Order: sequence, then structure tokens, then C-alpha cells
Amino acid sequence: MSDYALVAGQLFNGVSVASILLLAALGLALSFGLMRVINMAHGEMLMIGGYLSFVTYRLAPARLGFGLALVAAFVGAAAFGAVLELLLIRRLYGRPLDTLLATWGVSLALQQGARSIFGAIGVEVTAPKWLTGSFTVTEGVMAGFNLPYVRLFIIALAISVLGVVWLFVQRTRLGLYVRATHQDREMAQALGVNTSLVDLVIFALGTGVAGLAGSVLAFIAPVTPTVGQSYIVYAFLVVILGGLGSLLGTLLAAAIVGLFSAGAQIFTSVSFADVLLLMFVIAFIQFRPSGIFATRGRALEEV
Amino acid sequence: MEQCKLTDFSIMERREINLAALATRMVGLAALTLVAFLAAVISADADDAVRVGVLHSLTGTMAISEVTVKNATLLAIDEINASGGVMHKRIQPIVEDGASDPAMFAQKAQKLIQQDHVVTVFGGWTSASRKAMLPVFERFHGLLWYPVQFEGNECSAAIMYSGAQPNQQILPALDWAFQKGYKRIFLLGSDYVFPRTANLILKKHIQHDGGFVAGEEYVPLGGTDFSAVINKIKAAKPDAVFNTLNGDSNVSFFKQMAAADLPPSKLPVMSFSIAEQEAKAMGPSLVQGSFAAWNYFQSLDDPANKKFVAAYKEKFGADSSVDDPMAHGYLDVYEWAAAAEKAQSFDPNKVRRAAPTLDWKDLCMGKTKFAANQSLYQTAYVGELQPDGQFKILWQSAQPIRPEPYDALSFPGKKCVIK
Repeated sequence: MSDYALVAGQLFNGVSVASILLLAALGLALSFGLMRVINMAHGEMLMIGGYLSFVTYRLAPARLGFGLALVAAFVGAAAFGAVLELLLIRRLYGRPLDTLLATWGVSLALQQGARSIFGAIGVEVTAPKWLTGSFTVTEGVMAGFNLPYVRLFIIALAISVLGVVWLFVQRTRLGLYVRATHQDREMAQALGVNTSLVDLVIFALGTGVAGLAGSVLAFIAPVTPTVGQSYIVYAFLVVILGGLGSLLGTLLAAAIVGLFSAGAQIFTSVSFADVLLLMFVIAFIQFRPSGIFATRGRALEEV
Repeated sequence: MEQCKLTDFSIMERREINLAALATRMVGLAALTLVAFLAAVISADADDAVRVGVLHSLTGTMAISEVTVKNATLLAIDEINASGGVMHKRIQPIVEDGASDPAMFAQKAQKLIQQDHVVTVFGGWTSASRKAMLPVFERFHGLLWYPVQFEGNECSAAIMYSGAQPNQQILPALDWAFQKGYKRIFLLGSDYVFPRTANLILKKHIQHDGGFVAGEEYVPLGGTDFSAVINKIKAAKPDAVFNTLNGDSNVSFFKQMAAADLPPSKLPVMSFSIAEQEAKAMGPSLVQGSFAAWNYFQSLDDPANKKFVAAYKEKFGADSSVDDPMAHGYLDVYEWAAAAEKAQSFDPNKVRRAAPTLDWKDLCMGKTKFAANQSLYQTAYVGELQPDGQFKILWQSAQPIRPEPYDALSFPGKKCVIK
């Protein structure tokens, strides 16, 4: 394998990691931006999505399993998010520290719950046949360059999800309410926008997308009770880097984080690439404390 | 009326208090009886039983591996009790939970020695848990029997190291790989003490023996993304990968290798942390065709092993499997009992001195015997993982290998001498 193929391979890996991060961070960016809620249990929504697709694969007939698993992961995680919002987060608005602690507690409870139900060691989801192969360049300077279909699929899914969420926010009535609430919650309320419904929908949408991320993640890694923990930190990095509540910012930040760590891994080890990434993010927010796209909204100024 | 009501109320209240007091007294009495009863039971026990500690993680991430070692240890204790015990005493195991937390291991070890007055302890898995317990056993002159292969580079009179030293597991695997013509070796591990030390030793020997280190990569414990590592493996074109990844990372690694068109059938992988239990949990189809080096495989064709496997299955279910650390946990109890018989004492110092003077015996993994450095002479095996989750044994060392805690190439001048 040539150096060209190594660099090209890492470029592709960067995009692939970025697409997973995008799915994981999208919900956080939305709810963080709109509600100022730091949901520490967001990573566990990935885990719930992963386990839901594992269960669906077990129960559903083979042909339908794949599609059903994605649906089950999205709907299940969204439903869980809605319940979480109604029972807990709604009651703690304006108390960021309390929300942080409460959702952390939820996260611990969910992890231990998964450990009790599914065991400490990960469960396996096998990708359908048409996703297991890969496309490999065998000749020329790019010989050895390899594109696994699973990763191509995840990239495609991330782009479509981003597109759908963007259309939802920009082109629908409810999306208009979301933008209105984001800009000025009180004024939106005064004009008859049901802001608590908006919060509920956005929170559930965010957790649903995280569930989707967990479902596709299961194709490349085992689903474990702590799977969310290994992504939540990066998801927060993406949100901080991208700017709160900005879809475009989240996309760019996910790309930067993914490509930066993939690039760093060409020259150094995985562990040290993480160190470099953290240093980069710290340096970056020195210059742009509110991320790539600073959102100007009343919701943010109040706090 | 008002007055009357009030009086009634106070009477009722007083009666309630009396009732409460009575209840408290009765509970107290019951508790006293219970304590007296327990004390009687325990003192009766103390006459004809000898207490030993069994200290493994029964909860947390390590529980999946350690519970089975605890089971194998208890099986050996039951077997010895059934055949008359040690020095005419029944062995009474006190099981404690290390909870996958090194600090908890140290705390529980101290509790076992000081409160329960155990004569010895069987337990530990991770090197972190062993290192945390070591000072406790040294300070209180206890004795720990440690059942897991490890990175060596440690030597204490307070520990019987029955798990493989590096020269009994990773170096024989390297010899085997060289014999097969695998000269370019890629080293991959989780980022903690065992893989780092194991690879340090491997590198010295690969270079010394005319091989080539094609690459060396570490991934944080529990890491799931191997895309960069796999890219580097492809670029390095090794003959084989030596894998010291731990736990779930293995699933991600093998999965992503298969997706990148590099299953074990195309690029041989030699793993040092995948035994029967792990293979079963990961789904054998994923790791099928990969190699492993251990000092015990469930498939060993050995009468003593067949007896051990049958006894374990009878006690813990027909679909349970047995692996290397469990076999060591089982063996340790027998070695301890034999050493105590020989020393005619349960004193940890006398037992540890008697252990290396015992004869060779075959308890399940071929001929073994403790050496003067308190580690075990044992045979090395290389196996290939089959679709049913069992290993086909491809190779074994000519004879049991003398344990060397300090590798001569990597730690020159260091010797393990125990007085």
C-alpha cells in the first residue's frame, strides 16, 4: 500500500468518523442551543439505539431486520427522550447544574440497567450481506485503498439525516416555531407558539437521531453498556467547536474533529492523536469562545 | 369533650410508645439469639475448618471473566472437601467481591486477612488489582495465589504467580510464528501495562532473532475505532499481527478487519487475551481462524483435564466452557492444599516454602510444578480457534518451560530471588 493510499484511506476514515460524530452530536447541538440543557445521558441514547437494533435483529425476519432496526432505534430512542423531557428536564428548566446532575444520574442508571439486562460484555449485530464487503483499488498508485460499504452507508445516512433535519427546521411550520423559540422564547410565546411542545419535539428528535447513530455504530463495533461514554466526549467537543444550535456549525465541527484526528493518526498513535485534538480544541476556543458560528439568540443571552 | 379527646390521644400515644419499646426489645432479643447462634456456628466451624479467601470481581466490567475463575476455585475446594479436606480440616471459602476496582481489592484483601483470619487468598485478575493487593499481603505476611498470565517484571514472596510469565506465553508464540515463517510482526495492544511490557519484550526478541517489527500501535482501553490502525497495518504489510487488545476492543478490531477485507484467514492474528470465554462471548465466527497462545485449552487431550472439564460442566451447566485462568484458579487450590499437607502447617511462610518442593503433577494442563521463584513450570500451547469456539491445538513446547519473571534481553541483570 502506497503513501497515497494511506493518506487517502485516512481522509476517508476522517469523513467516516465525522459522519458518526455528526449523528451523535446533532441532537446535543439542537437541545443545547434551544434549551440550554446539558444532557449527560445523550450518550446512552446511542446505547439504547444499539440495543434496540440488536433486539430487532433477533426478533424480526432477516430481510426486514435491517430497516426495522433503524426505525426501532430511532423511534425507541426518541420515545425515551420524550419521556425523559416530560418527567425530568421540563421540571428543571433554568437550572443547568441540576439538569446536568440529574441527567448524569439517568446515564448511570441506564448503563447499569443495560449491564443487568444484556451483560457487561458487548452484544453483536451482524451487518446484512450487501453491507459487509468493501471496494478495493488493486492497481496504480492508490493500490490498497479500501472503502468498506458499511462506512459508505454511514456517511450517506448522516448526510440524509442532516438534510431531513435541515428541511424540517427551515421548511415546516413546526420548524418555524423552533427557529422562533430559538431567537426569542418569550416573544414566541407571546405570539402563541407552544414552546414547551417545541422543546419536547426537538429533544425527542435529537435523542432519536442519537439512537440512529447507535444503530449504525453496531455494525462496526459491539454494543456495550458504556458505548455512549466513548462518543459523548467527542460529541460535546463537536457542539462546543461548532457553536450552540447551529446545524452548519455542527457539520463543520464534526468534519474538523474527524479529519483532524484521522490526520494526526497518520503520524502518531491513537492515544496521542486524542491529546492533540483536545489541545487543538482548547486553542480554538481561545480565539472563538462561542464556536465557529456564534448564534445570536435571546435564549443564550439570558443565562 | 375537647379535654377528653386530648386525654384519649395521650393515652394512645403512650401505648404506642410502649408497643414500640416492646417491639425494639423483641427485635433486640431476636438479634441476640441470632448472634449467639451464629457465634456457635462459627466457633464450631473454627474447630474443624480452615478459612481461605476467594477474591475476584463479581460485579463491574471484569465480572464476566472473574466470576468463572471464582467458580473453578470453589470447584477445587469442594472436591478437596469431598475427599477429606486438608490436614483433616474442611476448607471454608470466604468469597469477596473486588468490584473491578483495584482499591477495593486492596481493601477486601486486608479485610480477609484481618477480620476473617484466612490463611491464604486465591484471586485477582488485572495487573492493577495485583499491584494494589501486593503491599497488603507483604505487610500482613499473607499469601496470594494469582491465576492469570501477566507481564512479569515483578517478584514478591507474598504471591504465588501461577499464571504464565512472558517467557511461557508470548515468547513461545513468537517462536512458533518464526517457525511458520512469519518474520514481519505488527504489534497491536490496548494502552496499559500488560501490552506495553509484553511488546517491549517482544520487540527485543523479534530484533534479536532476526525478525522485523512492522509496526506498533496502542488503542485506549475500550477503544472501538480501528480504521487508522487497519490502514497502518495495510501499509506495513506484516506477516502476522500480535494482538494484546483487551475485552470488547477485540470485537471492533476483528469486525473492522473483516470489513476491510483482512479476515484472520488472510492475515494471521495471534491473540494473547482471547480464550474460550472471550471467543464464546464475541461469537466464534468473528475470530474463527485466529490463533491464541495459552498454557491450557479446554480441548487438551489429557485424562486429568477431561475430569476437570466434566466436573465443571456438571456443577455449572453443560454449555459452560473452561479456559486458562480458570484452570490456574483450580490448580492453585490443589497446590496450596498439597503444600500445606507437606509443611504440616497453614502458616503462609511455611506453605510458600513447601510449594516448590512438591512433586510434578498433572491437574489439568499437563505436568506442572512451582519453581523456587514462586512461579509455575508449565507447557505453552498454540491453538487455532474453531467455529465451535474451541481451540485446535497446533503446537506445544517440548517440555514445561521454566518461569522467568525478568526477561534477560529486556531487563538485563534483574533476577527474582525469593528467600
